[in-house]
Order: sequence, then structure tokens, then C-alpha cells
Amino acid sequence: MSNSLQALSAHLTGALASKLLKAEIALNELTVEIAPQDLIEVSTFLRDDEACSFEQLTDVCGVDYLSYGDSEWDVGGSGFTRGVKREFSFDDSELDADKPEFEGKRFAVVSHLLSVKNNQRIRVKTFCDDNEFPLIDSVTEIWSSANWFEREAFDLFGIMFNGHPDLRRILTDYGFSGHPFRKDFPLIGQVEMRYDEEQERVVYEPVSIESRTLVPRIIREDGRFTRDAENEANNTNEVEK
Amino acid sequence: MPEIRNFTLNFGPAHPAAHGVLRLVLEMDGEVIQRADPHVGLLHRGTEKLAESKPYNQSIGYMDRLDYVSMMCNEHGYVLALEKMLGIEAPIRAQYIRTMFDEITRILNHLLWIGAHGLDVGAMTMFLYAFREREDLMDVYEAVSGARLHATYYRPGGVYRDIPDVMPLHEKSKWHSDADIKRLNDNRGGSVLDFIEDFTNRFPKCVDEYETLLTDNRIWKQRLVDIGIVSPERALQLGLTGAMLRGSGVEWDLRKKQPYAMYDQLDFDIPVGTNGDSYDRYLVRMEEFRQSNKIIKQCVDWLRANPGPVMHDDHKITPPKREDMKGDMEALIHHFKLATEGYCLPEGEAYAAIEHPKGEFGCYVVSDGANKPYRLKVRAPGFAHMSAMDELTKGHMLADVVTVIGTMDIVFGEVDR
Repeated sequence: MSNSLQALSAHLTGALASKLLKAEIALNELTVEIAPQDLIEVSTFLRDDEACSFEQLTDVCGVDYLSYGDSEWDVGGSGFTRGVKREFSFDDSELDADKPEFEGKRFAVVSHLLSVKNNQRIRVKTFCDDNEFPLIDSVTEIWSSANWFEREAFDLFGIMFNGHPDLRRILTDYGFSGHPFRKDFPLIGQVEMRYDEEQERVVYEPVSIESRTLVPRIIREDGRFTRDAENEANNTNEVEK
Repeated sequence: MPEIRNFTLNFGPAHPAAHGVLRLVLEMDGEVIQRADPHVGLLHRGTEKLAESKPYNQSIGYMDRLDYVSMMCNEHGYVLALEKMLGIEAPIRAQYIRTMFDEITRILNHLLWIGAHGLDVGAMTMFLYAFREREDLMDVYEAVSGARLHATYYRPGGVYRDIPDVMPLHEKSKWHSDADIKRLNDNRGGSVLDFIEDFTNRFPKCVDEYETLLTDNRIWKQRLVDIGIVSPERALQLGLTGAMLRGSGVEWDLRKKQPYAMYDQLDFDIPVGTNGDSYDRYLVRMEEFRQSNKIIKQCVDWLRANPGPVMHDDHKITPPKREDMKGDMEALIHHFKLATEGYCLPEGEAYAAIEHPKGEFGCYVVSDGANKPYRLKVRAPGFAHMSAMDELTKGHMLADVVTVIGTMDIVFGEVDR
């Protein structure tokens, strides 16, 4: 498997050249990163090229990198600290006033492709240029299965797909506002719903529960994995441009 | 002459043939469907977002609740993704146990499918027959995990515990007479493996029974043959996997093509259809019953002959034994850290897919090195199948929608997540 991935990676590097921002093999999986403007062209190539033949789009998934690498508990220093101390507020700007503004690209669209013919997989990653209005081309013309997966990414992350035939919400409720899987959307949600006997209808109200953290999010340097990573680095075929 | 125009029909969300909470908005021309617009998400619980707020092990139980008729297979997909990131592998005995339970789960899932599909199309008896056998398999679930449905049995590094030596017996109650109890406990005298073996011996007969009821049944064929035809090219394009893809004649099964667990050691065949219609998909799944049965048999034989550990011994990831914790400081600390904090995955991302009874079930995990996933994406086969609804039903009659829902084997727990 690994050899064929190396070969595929080399083939893609040769054929796509500068369009390939990054090609990396980790854990026996090939990940390529491409710029949003090249998405359609590269996708068509991946589907139609003989050595690629990725006939099936297995999955499209949005990722929000807003709080990537944030730890709720500082374990670097000495002594013990409280795990999580956080007040809840609907207005995130109040809480994050002292937090530095997020830099870099926030939203990524990750697609997994499968080639039944060559029995191989590839992961295609694209970062949206604009954090405020993440826009990317739709691949529904290339793979029909993208239709609902892209609707899902739009619904949950607010990523816009240019050229999508029917970009409606799919999983959330009718009339829902906001994009719930964004990292700045509270886990407990923003509204709760109940049946009001006086008004004789269902009413929406701001949530009355408090958000709690049961286990703090901790990032630990684990010696075992850094060792593994060093070994793997020798096998990785990186083509940083 | 009056103006003739299409009208819109609302199907579900509480229709008995909608298999849960499917709302279909159908644009009809008379009785012919012009466009089907499924409204899903009525069962959306935000599983993936919830998983982001919990240590890895606490989300295993959520996986059961995705496709709630093939519980352990969902766990398998999740657990494999974690193991891939952690760089560990379960002991061989655990792998065999997983393989066996994956196949038990496949039979469980297909039994519910054939029962519900039959019921939708008019074969009432199928439902009763299928639930008779499901009961035995759910007892096996209960014997190993304590739960009939939501087992949380697979863990990163193995399975929660070895298969017990005793099969629980039915107890006397006011609903069962002594003679009943005796009959019910007839094949439960031995170990759980004995009970499973006994099941595999009688199950092929049961499948024959189902087939006599359905395979050549005139009504069944009238309702299924040539309904919802998908060509192999379109099946791939639409993201169909599992029996939906094999029914169209594409020989693709992850158990054979990208083997995981112990599938490369076992002898079984992959049934493939030719026409890509609902009837072929029915035949494919019926054959999968027999193949799964064959796999279970092989696993039982192996498990009998080869005792061994069922959990990885790296106690940074798997909990130490309870006895050890009583006397060993190290074990106590390991347990404390696992219970309060869990374990951290190395930074990176991984996608692990398994051949779920419904198709390809995959978990994509993104980790930033923390003890909780940064992002978990569940690739549910039903979601892709549901999106093909429009294409599969176009031009068919209203009654065929029910057949197509049945043949897709839809469960809303995984479509809506």
C-alpha cells in the first residue's frame, strides 16, 4: 500500500506541479493540499486521470481551525491549577476580549476520495481564503455525491459552495440561525424550545442551562508519539512549495 | 379543458414506512414521481460536536446510537481510527472477537432490514420471523456487554472483556411456565460460544425459510424487480456503498479489498448483483446472511482453540486490571489518569473505514494533540444513500417509494447524526 501511495504522490507531483501546495503521506494515507481556485481542475484530473481514477467521493467534511491547539489547562508549568474557569456568555466578544485575534485561514474543506479501480484513497484539503465569507467551488458537477455533503458543510460551518445547485440547510431545524459546528458556537446552543400553554404554541427562548466542562481539554507532549513521529519523518515525502 | 399541473405530496415524518423520521416532499404527476426532496435532520443530535467536548473513550457510546441497529460496527469504525492514530493494534483474540461481533451485527442489521422491508411491501410474517432470530443475537450482545443494544463493547486497544464462559439463563417469571423456561434454556446450558455455535447451526435453515417466503413470491417480485435501478457508474458517482453498490455489480467490499481485523484470514465470498434493482440488492443481502454465518462459525472455532488477552497492555491507553489496582501504585495512577483525563492522541489526522452492514462507515479524526478530538467526522453510508433518493425514485409510482426506502436500508440515527 505504502509503495503505491508513494508512486501516486510522485505522479501527482509531476502532473499537477505547482497546483499541489503540499503532498504528505502519514499513517498510510496520502493528503494533498490545493488552493481553492484550483479545486475544480485538480478534482477533474483526479477523477479522469488513468493512474488516479478516483470515481467516488466518499466524504466531504468542513473543519473550523479557530481554536486549534488551544489547551484549557496549562500543564507546562509546575504545580496544580484549576482545570477550567470559564464564564458563559452569549456574546463571545466579552469572553475573548483578551484573546488574540485568530490569524491564518480558519475554514478547511476536506474531501476523501476512493478509487475502486486502483483500490486507493486520497484526502484533498482546501483552505478557504476568506474567514468572514468562506467560499469555495462546488464539485457536484464532478461527483454527484458531493451534493448533500456540501449542503451539510454549509449548514454546519457556513462554508459557501459556488455553483452548488441547491445550497439549503440540511441537518438543522427549519428556521435555524447560525452554524452550529463552528468552534465559536456554544455546545449548549443558543435557544431552547418549549410548548407554551398560554400562547398554545411552541416558543423559542434563550437557553437557561449553563455550559459545563467535565474534563478539561489538555494537550500533553507524549514522548512515545514524538519518537514515532521522528521515525515517520524519514518516510514522509514532503513537497513543500 | 382544465389545467393539469403537478402537485406536491408530503410523506412522513411519521409515516410507518418512512423508517423513522424521514420527511419526503414529493412532486407528483398523477401517481408518478417527478422529484423527491427528502428533508432529513429531524433526528440531528450533533454527535460530532458532542464528541469534541469529551475525552475519546466517552464517545464510543455515541457511536452505538448512530446506526442503532448495527451498534458494534459503528464502534469498530471509531475505534479503528483511534488505534490508527495511537499506533497500536488490538491483540489477535480481540480482533477475532471483533470480527465475530461485526458479523453478528451484520446479521442483526439485515434481519431488521428484511423484517421492515417485508412489512413495508406487504409481507407481515417476515417481521415476526426476523425478530425471533434477532432476540437470540441480542442475548449474545447482552451476555458480553450487559446491554442488548448500546453495547460500548469495543475499546481502543481491544474489547472491554473476554467472552464469558456462561450463557445467562432465562429465569422463571409469571409470564413463562416451567415448560417454557425449559424450552428457552435448552441451548443455553454451555458457554456463550456454544450458544453462538448453536445459532450458526440453525440459522441457515432460517434463511431458507425467509427465502421460501420471498424469493419466488409473485407479489414480492412484482414490487421489487426493476425498481430503483442504478448503473454501476451512477452508483459510484452517487457515493453508494455496501450492498447498494454490490447490487449494481461492482465487486467492492472493504473486508476483502482493504481488510481490517481478521477478515484476510477467513474464508468467505462477496455476493454481487447484475441488474442493480431492488430485487438484486435483496438477493445480495440474503447471501450476506449466509456468508456472515460462515464467518461467525470460523471465528467461534478459532476463539475456542486460542485463549489469550483481549486488551492491549499499554495502560496509558487501556485501563489496568481491577485486581492490579488494589495493590499496585502504578496501576492505580494509570486508572486515575484515564478516568479523569483520558489519553492524548498525537497531532494529526486519520480516516478509518469499515464495511458496515449498510456500506462504508468511516471516521475522520483530526487531533491537535489533546485528550479530545479536535474534529470528528462520521461518514455514514445512509447519508449518501439518502441523497440518491431523488434519482432512484424519479419516474416510479408512489408505492415504489416505500420499496426504495426499504432497499436502501435507511436508519435515521446515522443519516442525521
